[in-house]
Amino acid sequence: MSALESLDARGLLCPLPVIRTQDRIKNLQPGELLEVVATDPGTMQDIPAWCRVHGHELVTEETVDNESGEGLVYRFEIRVNA
Amino acid sequence: MLAARVIMDQGVEVEGVNFFTGFCVEGHTHAIREKKRIKPKRNNALWVAEQLGIKLHIIDVIEEYKDVLLNPKHGYGANLNPCLDCKVFMVKKAVALGLTGEGGFMTRHSFDFIITGEVIGQRPMSQRKDTMPVIASESGADDLLLRPLCARLLPATRPEREGWVDREALYDFNGRNRKPQIALARSLGFSDWSQPAGGCCFLTDIQYSAKLADLWEARGSREYELDDVMLLKVGRHIRPAPHFKLIVGRELGENRYLEGYRNTFTSLYPTSHNGPLCLIDGEPTAADLILAARVLARYSQGKTSDSVTVHIDRLDGTSEELAVVPLPAQEIQQSWHVGA
Ligand code: SF4
Repeated sequence: MSALESLDARGLLCPLPVIRTQDRIKNLQPGELLEVVATDPGTMQDIPAWCRVHGHELVTEETVDNESGEGLVYRFEIRVNA
Repeated sequence: MLAARVIMDQGVEVEGVNFFTGFCVEGHTHAIREKKRIKPKRNNALWVAEQLGIKLHIIDVIEEYKDVLLNPKHGYGANLNPCLDCKVFMVKKAVALGLTGEGGFMTRHSFDFIITGEVIGQRPMSQRKDTMPVIASESGADDLLLRPLCARLLPATRPEREGWVDREALYDFNGRNRKPQIALARSLGFSDWSQPAGGCCFLTDIQYSAKLADLWEARGSREYELDDVMLLKVGRHIRPAPHFKLIVGRELGENRYLEGYRNTFTSLYPTSHNGPLCLIDGEPTAADLILAARVLARYSQGKTSDSVTVHIDRLDGTSEELAVVPLPAQEIQQSWHVGA
């Protein structure tokens, strides 16, 4: 299943990726999927923790090695809770 | 954390709010620096919320906070920390969030009152008995602002008078002695309980404040953007002359972070030897760039070589390679090191 909405949080440092995710999810309906891409390794801790705190489901969590030499990219898919 | 738990134990539903000013210690510093990462990186506020089982809203106040920092009605603390104005601002903002539900705050119920973990006498500027009422009144929270950890030393607030909470079950902590709080934390079953004894942001840091003051002075203006205040947390800042400074990465994580700014700053890195990335803030002349290259060479692995080749990318898109002699250590004047 592909994400409906996507958030590019690359280059942002925590807690900004979490803040942007929170702001985006506010405007989504329960059950919708949001994809978040980030470069701050801190998001690997913070995005899952934020999802747990708010009861959103973390569907995907992966680390992608970016070919363009930008380093690692962290990708998440979050399903908005009911 | 303790204040929230004490109130939750009285059957009150609590949600947390955490404000991001750009100067917060949590998060990015850990993200940038690779070394000395003893504790796992985590956002402390989120971690606390998870321990408590409450929701936490992290709010971006970067823009609004500028006015608090630049024009604090009550002035600064020991460094550039406007703690009292900052607390007033944050409580005021929390009131607004609770009233409007902005940020999904308190969606299920409207908010009844606000709590903070303040303790009288714990911080010299903002947590004094005489400043507590200032925060309550200037924020507009008035007697809806409850400090569970020292409530019994303060006049009863509305939540206490109306019986929403039991005043007798609140605390009377006072002063810098943290033992009673630690004992309470233990009795509540918090084993990993730590809160910073100093300030919660970089503005209480003497070196950081010196870098911020230096930036303002060099620019002749106190305007700042998030990138400015973030960059002050990274690297060595070396100012050989008023009109330009070098920001030199101290290790891999910092270099990688500085990489992200290569299209907005003139940047230098050694090619003949391993070494850090350096950004130039300001308007360097050709001679300044040679000096910068020599300083950078001093921080590269070629510091004892006769010649280090440095690549320079200018903002106008031109670049060049310079072979320079590393500047002798004694010629890098102590006064060039900003905030060190
Ligand atoms: S130390 Fe805390 S209260 Fe003081 S200015 Fe920083 S964030 Fe505000």
